[in-house]
Amino acid sequence: MTNLERSKQRRGLVAIDGAMVLIVILLIIQIWLLSATLETFLAGHTGAVLQAAIFSGLVFLGCLALSLFATRVD
Amino acid sequence: MSLLRSASREPLWKEEFSVFTSDERYVTRRQFAKFLTLVSLGMFVGNLWVLAKAYFAKTPSFPSVEVGEAGEIPVRGVKLFTYPTPKDHCILIRTGEDEYVAYSQKCTHLSCAVYFSAKDDRLECPCHQGFFSVRDGSVLQGPPPRPLPKITLERNGATLLAVGVKES
Repeated sequence: MTNLERSKQRRGLVAIDGAMVLIVILLIIQIWLLSATLETFLAGHTGAVLQAAIFSGLVFLGCLALSLFATRVD
Repeated sequence: MSLLRSASREPLWKEEFSVFTSDERYVTRRQFAKFLTLVSLGMFVGNLWVLAKAYFAKTPSFPSVEVGEAGEIPVRGVKLFTYPTPKDHCILIRTGEDEYVAYSQKCTHLSCAVYFSAKDDRLECPCHQGFFSVRDGSVLQGPPPRPLPKITLERNGATLLAVGVKES
């Protein structure tokens, strides 16, 4: 393996690690969002349920994009 | 120099799935990223489920139910009843000569039955020491996250009627 290939592989690993860290951060936000939504729903407040679902969907799309990036990165 | 995988490489499955049994117990970064994304999808589905529950849930109906007669219980005395269904246990408290309040008896923490402590003038949950105000059902202390649902009372002559539930 040449130095160039080794350097490229190292950059790829760093990119995958970075993507995974971002996915974990997004997932923590999403878990908090779900618990907060459930809590307010059980308290009888349904005003923020739609916004929470939309935001959760956007976070999922972000995770999906990062996951696809991690899959395709060399 | 692009970081992205070129199209002419080996199929992905050849890299993702090892042919060596000893390597199978190792989870690659890519597999872990996919698993986390699947968990994220689960969270999204959970939010959609809450949304569906909020939009398609039936509006509860609150019938007018006789709770008891005024003066039936002494001042600072209590009477248990069920409202709006036989499964929903509630507590009626006579706080003054002509003052009555009623709350759901189900603690908002883990659903233990609360009782009225006349000595401390509060509703207490014996499970985790959650205390509620007898005036408005608000949380005074402990782990309950929400006030107790208040039962709306009306008087019809000497009869006390439960006519609704007010979630705070």
